[in-house]
Order: sequence, then structure tokens, then C-alpha cells
Amino acid sequence: MRLEVALPVIIPLFFGALTLTLWRWRMAQRVATATGTGLMLLSALWLLAATWQDGILVMHMGDWQAPFGIVMVSDLLSAIMVVLAGISGFATAVYSLTSMSKRHEAFGYYPLLHLLLAGVNGAFLTGDIFNLYVWFEVMLVASFALLILGGERAQMEGAIKYVTLNLVSSAMLLSAIGLLYGLTGTLNMADIAEKLTYAEDPGIITVIAMLFLVSFGIKAGAFPFFFWLPASYHTPQVAVSALFAALLTKVGVYALFRVFTLIFTQDVAYTHGILLWVAGATMLTGVLGAAAQYEFRRILSFHIISQIGYMIMGLALFTPLALVGGVFYIMHHIIVKANLFLVSGLVYRLKGTYELKELGGMYRSHPMLALLFLVPALSLAGMPPLSGFFAKFILIRAGVEAEAWWIVGVALVVGLLTLYSMMKIWAEVFWKAQPEEHANRSAHGSAGSGVLYLTIGGMAALTVFIGLGAEPIYRMADAAAHQLLNPSLYIDAVLGERQ
Amino acid sequence: METLMAFTVGGLFSAAIYMMLRRSIVKLVIGLVLLSNAANLLLFTQAGLLRGAPPLVPKGATQPTGVVADPLAQALILTAIVIGFGVLAFAVVLIHRAYEVVKADDMDQMKDTDT
Repeated sequence: MRLEVALPVIIPLFFGALTLTLWRWRMAQRVATATGTGLMLLSALWLLAATWQDGILVMHMGDWQAPFGIVMVSDLLSAIMVVLAGISGFATAVYSLTSMSKRHEAFGYYPLLHLLLAGVNGAFLTGDIFNLYVWFEVMLVASFALLILGGERAQMEGAIKYVTLNLVSSAMLLSAIGLLYGLTGTLNMADIAEKLTYAEDPGIITVIAMLFLVSFGIKAGAFPFFFWLPASYHTPQVAVSALFAALLTKVGVYALFRVFTLIFTQDVAYTHGILLWVAGATMLTGVLGAAAQYEFRRILSFHIISQIGYMIMGLALFTPLALVGGVFYIMHHIIVKANLFLVSGLVYRLKGTYELKELGGMYRSHPMLALLFLVPALSLAGMPPLSGFFAKFILIRAGVEAEAWWIVGVALVVGLLTLYSMMKIWAEVFWKAQPEEHANRSAHGSAGSGVLYLTIGGMAALTVFIGLGAEPIYRMADAAAHQLLNPSLYIDAVLGERQ
Repeated sequence: METLMAFTVGGLFSAAIYMMLRRSIVKLVIGLVLLSNAANLLLFTQAGLLRGAPPLVPKGATQPTGVVADPLAQALILTAIVIGFGVLAFAVVLIHRAYEVVKADDMDQMKDTDT
């Protein structure tokens, strides 16, 4: 029984309930939120340290032994994801203490934030496929409510698409789980993986694998299922946007990594071949969509999609180095992407608009912010020595080694186009002079933006740290990939006591 | 019985998709209802259909005698129904609010946030 495996779920659930009971006391809610997300980050770090030291950790809920009870499993990939959720959760919580208006706070922002984090962490840690579905739903319901917080027209329109496509994805996931249960008679992922090695009919397994691919593909925002993402991510409050951008699609990516390394490895040439095409198309459509946009957050939303392509590419190549690259990419991406959205929020706060055409001159007026934008932006594009360079470098090297030339070409071109997009934002927002007619727009002025600078600065420092200290991060990703490629480690850890 | 269920599930799925492809947001929500029910029935059928074999342990015994239905699948469906109900309640409120804001029941009027 390892308590640390459950803590990253229990803490946000507890603070979600606590902030609900503190509904009328705004100050207490804010203190509880900062404390709660901070504690969650600490527990996540504890979990990562324990997993690094002792290998895969398993907690049997209610002491029901696997495969009969529900298990929570923390292998290195899960632990890393939980830490990243902790970092982005803490950062956005601190940021939203300033950026969120009283009106939005009164709609229940803080309880929803905690519930969302509980759902995300639950999805990362569960070892039971139906439980995964349940955590997905916890996360989704919280995200639905966060998305429409404020109730503006654009939010409603975005939310209808977001809700519909995510519910279609959930129904597909449930159907796929049903079919898998009919085939194997178990829900424990380790047990399913073991039972499937004896399965007689590989055809039906591939069908189920594709159902999972579509379902998680919708949630991850992969081609051709991503249309809900650019329709909705630029509509909510910016702290919510940042949290969504950092975590929600990555839960889908995590789920893809989990099922396509642990469960569906019977016909790698076919399933992972499709994944590779999906990866390439996702990268291209995402980056081309971004090139056509002139609104800060819409550009960033499309870039989420193209970056998802890189992560799936790591999974699809399915070599040790490629998986290392995929895990590294996720680590780098969550920090950078959340930070870019936080920067866009600060720009909005200072200038009152997200439209690139109306912005300008910020390099002159806010040089510090310009620098803090440049760090994540160049990292996203893959400039050395920032984190994105190493992430892309590992992936492309893996592609070259696997001799998958076309995906290497796509990845390089997309990297270039990403740079173009980021430079477009740089030139429009920071470099050019602001158009006269928009010069005097200001939503809030610079009052109270110290904390915002601090959050953005902290995240930028993390990006630089991942870039300069890539060696230990690489080793961690390497160990995580090693566990992914040897599912027997996971299976033995979960079912070990039986043999 | 399984064949009948298979056709029911298939019919529900196709009806759901048809409804979701309509322009009205009310029909969209009806489509979502049908979709979640189709998934639940699929799960139910997959666990095997048995008539009159409740998974009960007779008095004095430690395990059920004979063939019994699989209770786990039914527990799963129960969970899925509850989740589906909650999400659906949200969706109904959402379309009501969207109707108030947009003043139309037509998906074609809701394209501002697309590119």
C-alpha cells in the first residue's frame, strides 16, 4: 500500500470540496486554492521521487487484489505527467488569483479548477480501463463548466462543439471498453495486456484498437478529429485557456501512449503505421491553420495541434529513442504552451485585445515581457539551447534512425513554419509600432501584474532549465520509455503477487 | 437475442449520428442521448445475455451455483448511465443558454468561433 500514488488525486478532490464549502468567502477560496495546488505539486514531486527510486508503484484500492479491484499505478510516465499537471496547475492557479475577475470567481472557478486537476491526475494514475473512462468524464464535466465560465456568446458557440465532439469520443471509448471487456473479461489494463497475448483473433483486436485511436484521437486533438479545439480554446478566461492547453489534450496523448504500448502491440506495423500518418497530418494541418490566423490565442491553439503531432510521431515510430523523444516532447510542450497562453493573457491585460493587427510596440513599452515571450516562443519553434530544440532533435534523430524519411521531412518543415508563426507574433505584437487608432486602448493597465510576471518568469526559467540541463531530463525520459517498451515490467508490478 | 440486440445497437448508433448531423441544436442533444444509450446497450450485450440467472450466492454456500449473469458489466452500465445523465443535464442547460444568447436554434448561426 503506497499512499503517495493516491495523494495527487485525493488532494485536489479534498480542496475541490473545501472550496465549495467556502463558496461565500472569496479570500478563503483563494488561499485554499494556492495551498491546494501547491500541496498537489509537492505530492506529485514526492510520487516522482518514489517512482524513480522504487520502480513502478501500485496501490490496490480498498485492498482488493488485482485484477479484481481497481488499481492505481504509477510508472515513470504517469509520475512525470502528474508532476507536469502539478506545475501547470500551480502556475495557472497563482496566475488566476490576479487575472480572474471577481465575477468569474463567484461562478465557482476555484472548485472547478480543483476538480479538473483531480480528473487529470486520476486519468494519469489509474490502472483500470473503465476507471480511465470515469476520470475522463470527471475531467470533461469540470472543463465544460470552466469553458463557459462567464457565459459570453463566443463561449457558448465554442462549448457546443467542444461538448458534442467530446461526448462522441466518450461514447466511442465506452463502446471500445465494452468490446474489450467482452473479449477478455477483465478491465485491469495489465490483465487485458496479458490476456490479449493469448487471443486467437487478431482482426477484432485491431478493430478495437482503432476505436481507441479515434476516441483518444478526438481528445488529443489529432488529425482529422481536432475541429473542436480551435473552435473553443480561445474563448474562455485566459487562465482556463492556459490550463486546457497544457493538460487536456495531453491526457489524450497520454492515453494513446498507454494503450498503444501496453495493450495494442499485436500488429505494430499496421496500428502504428496509421498513427504515423495521423502524426504527420496533425503536424501539417495544425501549423498551416496557425499560419492563416491573426488572433493571439487562435494561433497558439492551432500550434497545440501541430505539437500533438510530434508527440504521436514519437509513439508511432515505436523505437526506444522515438519514445524517449515523445516523452521529452510532452514535458517540454506542457510548460511552454501554458506559458505562451499566460503571456497572451498579460498582453491582453495591458492592451485590451488579442488581435495582432491592433497590437504593437510592446518591445518598447514592456521589454521584460518581450524577453519572457521570446523564451517559450523560440523554445516552441525548436531553437537551441531551449527545451524544444532537444525535444525535436531526439525525435528527428529517431526518425532518421528508423529511416522514416517523409515524417522527418514533415517534422523539419513544420518546425520552420512554427518559427514563422512565432516570429509573426513577435513582429506584430512586440516589434512594429502600434497603429494610432488603437494606441490608447487599455483594459486594466499594469496594476497588479507583478504576480503575472513572476508566474511567466518562473515557467520561462523552467524552459531554460530543461534546455540547459537536458541530460537528467533525458535520462528520466529514457527510463520512462524503457518501462513503456517493456510492458512486462508494468504487468508484473500490477499482477505480481499472483505468480 | 444477441442478434436482435446487435441490430438495436446499430439502429441506435445510426439514429444518433443522423440526429447529430441535423442543424438544430435540440436534435443534436437528442442525438447525444441516443449515442450514450447505444454505447450502454453495446456494453450490456458484450457481457453476455442470460435470462433469469441473478448472480446471487445461495444461503450457506460460498459461491453461486450454476451459470450466473455477469454483475460487473451491469455495474459499469449503471456508472455510465449516471455519468451520461449528468453530462446530458449539462448539455440541455448549455443549449438553452446558447439559444438565449444566439437567439437561434441553428448550428449554421454559430460559426463565429470557427476559423
